[in-house]
Amino acid sequence: MSAGAGSVQPRFLRLADALLLLAAVVAIWQLVYAVAGEVAITPPLATLGFAAHLLGSPVFWRHLSATAIAFGASLAIASAAGVAAGLALGFHRFSGAVAEPILTALYSLPKVTLYPLVLLIFGLGISAKIAFGVMHGVIPVILFTMSAIKAIDPVHLKTARALNLTPVQTACTILAPAVAPEIFTGLRIGFSLTLLGVLIGEMFASQRGLGFMIINGINTHDVHTMMAVILLLTVFALSAGALLLALDRRLHHRA
Amino acid sequence: MSAVARTRLAIVATFMALLELLTRTGAISELVIIPPSAMATHLWTLLATGQLNAAMAQTFANIAIAFALSVTVGFVSGAAIHALPRLRRLLDPLLASYYAIPFFVFYPLLIALLGLNRWPLVAIGFVFGAAAMVIATLNGLDRVPRVLRKVAKVHRMSRREEVLRIVLPAAVPYLFTGLKLSLAYAFIGILAGEFILSGGGLGFSIAFSYDAFDNPTMYALMLFVLALAVALNSSLDWWEQRLMRRRGRA
Repeated sequence: MSAGAGSVQPRFLRLADALLLLAAVVAIWQLVYAVAGEVAITPPLATLGFAAHLLGSPVFWRHLSATAIAFGASLAIASAAGVAAGLALGFHRFSGAVAEPILTALYSLPKVTLYPLVLLIFGLGISAKIAFGVMHGVIPVILFTMSAIKAIDPVHLKTARALNLTPVQTACTILAPAVAPEIFTGLRIGFSLTLLGVLIGEMFASQRGLGFMIINGINTHDVHTMMAVILLLTVFALSAGALLLALDRRLHHRA
Repeated sequence: MSAVARTRLAIVATFMALLELLTRTGAISELVIIPPSAMATHLWTLLATGQLNAAMAQTFANIAIAFALSVTVGFVSGAAIHALPRLRRLLDPLLASYYAIPFFVFYPLLIALLGLNRWPLVAIGFVFGAAAMVIATLNGLDRVPRVLRKVAKVHRMSRREEVLRIVLPAAVPYLFTGLKLSLAYAFIGILAGEFILSGGGLGFSIAFSYDAFDNPTMYALMLFVLALAVALNSSLDWWEQRLMRRRGRA
């Protein structure tokens, strides 16, 4: 991807590009509406209006907070456990080599099919959603942390030894700055996948949350709610993704 | 076999044995997890009696269509985007955060648009897989060494010859990664779609047996999907490594 192009480009040109892309999306959306009609989809402006209306309704905020709590808990668990496991597997080469193919196999699995297992173990409710979010998010965090540790330049560690640094000093001044960018990339991908996991969890066998609102919308032919929630979720996911990506690129460039 | 592979095998085997022991002794209730041996025998019965054939045929056909579509469309649009830098700059932010969009939320919309048939599923598999192929194509075309382009110029190759003899072979490893990811994404997209909302296929069968408290069938199917995904991945990995080795020698 043309990561470098962004920094040289004048700001107004980038803004123009973003607006152009937005206009294209809205145009396609309007076109789909013209083809499919009221039963399937609501037009952009009406959806925006209904989304604004949703933002003012207490029911929406109840569902949103259910999703936010589940997502926050999953993300916290996935990040902490992922970084811890990744550090352990990265430093202990043998365990890392043993675990890596197992992890990549789990990563490319359609985890939805395992959701009933999660439901049977954790029961219906928020803990199943959290566990499912963690299942999605934790593996990329482990894999990226592991590869970050493995990619540390040995010269840096030798420097630490030559300078007689204590383990704590080594960790703070050498290890942490060296692995931070890669781990952040892992957390960024973990963020998106955890959100996906929580939403899928809510779409199946749940009574609360934004995923439930969407499924309920389709089941009761409430196209307005469905479209508005989809719009809000997509905007949130895209802007959070873009923000994390910008931070990610800055971290990588500094390194 | 290397020590690493032996240990890996031992860990997986121990895990299975432990699960078998815990479920057989009742430490884990049969209502939660059934013994792995029971999963395997039940899967065998399902396969032998042909009860799965219809669901399998449907799922595999969907995956194949979605995979073929995402690879061709992904490759062609990747090449087109690479040729048009202006368009590429426009699409760059979208491609960069593409996988942050939870596409499954569009599934109801796709059903409304395309009808309650296989096409919404194929569309989900396609939007999942195509972007991976586009990104891989862009990566591959970006990384063609400049020296090789110069070689083409020195030999006065035509544009067509340059593409066929220089650019595509140089981009093959990246394109292969794209193929691999597309297949994995199509697989995930189709099964997840079937699981959540559709009325047929392997994913649906798992959800259906969950709703019917039919644990043996549910676990047998999970085992089947698991084994399928692992087999698919490891064969593609093996193929990729062979490709890389040959390339290293040449």
